[in-house]
Amino acid sequence: MMVMICGIILILIGIWAMLSRKNIIRIIIGFSIVDTGTHLVIVAIGYVKGATAPILDASIQMGNVADSGMRVLSKVVDPVPSALVLTAIVIGLAVTALLLAFAVRLYRTGHSLNINDYEEQKW
Amino acid sequence: MIKYLLIAIAIVGMGWMLYPLVADFQTATELNALATEYVNGSMNDLNVPNVVTAVVVTYRGLDTLGEVTVLFLATAGIGFLLRRKGHPTGKRRPGSEILKIGSAFLAPLIVLLGVYIFTHGHLTPGGGFQGGVVIASGMLLLTMAHIDFKFSHTLIHWAESLSGFTYVLIGLLGLLLLGVNSFLDPRFLAGGKWLSLFSAGAVPVIYSFIGLKVGSELSSVIDSLQDGGNEV
Amino acid sequence: MTEILILVLLILISIIAAIYAVLTKKTINAVIASGVISLMASIIFLLVAAPDVAMTEATIGAGLTTVVFLYALKHVKGGEDD
Repeated sequence: MMVMICGIILILIGIWAMLSRKNIIRIIIGFSIVDTGTHLVIVAIGYVKGATAPILDASIQMGNVADSGMRVLSKVVDPVPSALVLTAIVIGLAVTALLLAFAVRLYRTGHSLNINDYEEQKW
Repeated sequence: MIKYLLIAIAIVGMGWMLYPLVADFQTATELNALATEYVNGSMNDLNVPNVVTAVVVTYRGLDTLGEVTVLFLATAGIGFLLRRKGHPTGKRRPGSEILKIGSAFLAPLIVLLGVYIFTHGHLTPGGGFQGGVVIASGMLLLTMAHIDFKFSHTLIHWAESLSGFTYVLIGLLGLLLLGVNSFLDPRFLAGGKWLSLFSAGAVPVIYSFIGLKVGSELSSVIDSLQDGGNEV
Repeated sequence: MTEILILVLLILISIIAAIYAVLTKKTINAVIASGVISLMASIIFLLVAAPDVAMTEATIGAGLTTVVFLYALKHVKGGEDD
């Protein structure tokens, strides 16, 4: 619950950074803060109260339930949000690097990183 | 003034959109049905102790294939934007003595740790994505320490293309050997003993190739951004 | 109980770092602050029982993203501050 509120606050701060700053690098930093906040929210959705990590080693109780095979008896957290966030973080790095490459190219051609100097795309 | 008002309206609106998520949210006290099925299936059918690995490689395998494609496209975009013709001209400051000696000692160990993480991805926390990232950070250490250190770009490209190709090929092998509806099914190799390195079918094989692919792609991202491409 | 206290502390640090990253004048301070946010987030992931995510976030968020930002800042010398 607290983790989810923290993630939402981070998302809002990141959007504030993206809207209020003029510098393109600062906008990209805001984007990466939104990224971290989203990951916190998704992981918080998968949390189960008092559960351990979903790695089935000796500390996890397993038992035979009649006519349904082996079952995990102790509490583990939901593995699906963890798996989604795992890949999303790596993609987030690649996308951030792509945005930075665009910023570097833009600085080479326009000699400025202020977003107000690039008005030809406005309509 | 009107700008600050608009920003405030946008943030308050976003907060209002996200408010129901918090208001209706209660921390779960037991797993939902789908996750229970994944946890038990990972133990009974796949023989994979780390359930997150089972979800990433098998149950959501197609999803992971798509993510690897996105990673490849982003890397290709960076390489295109920051391309360089001819030799680099800008001077770089050489790394300090501490960094050079430290990197000679640490870089092989970091790369070895990365390989360990992705080959043991089905047993311990970790896997292809984490191991690939650790390998890339080892490459980053070498790039920072030695100014004349260059990756062999042919080697990186071959490692990346071959591992991506083999990943798809293993998926198709499952389709061929186990029949329809089994793309990326790892069970065509033996399940093996619970909690041993050579177990869990093709899961460690697939995750190792993902690790190689992620490691080579992120290394080339770092190399492109460090180099910076031509001045326009 | 101690776990809750640690969690509150980490959340406070990450929110303060986020606000600092928005308000500070120098871009390099903002880059380091965003690295701090990722580091705190990785410890939070460890506390909510997701060790796989914590490993990835620690290496990527605190390590590689910061370095990628610094390399980009190297190429835009002169235009990086507001």
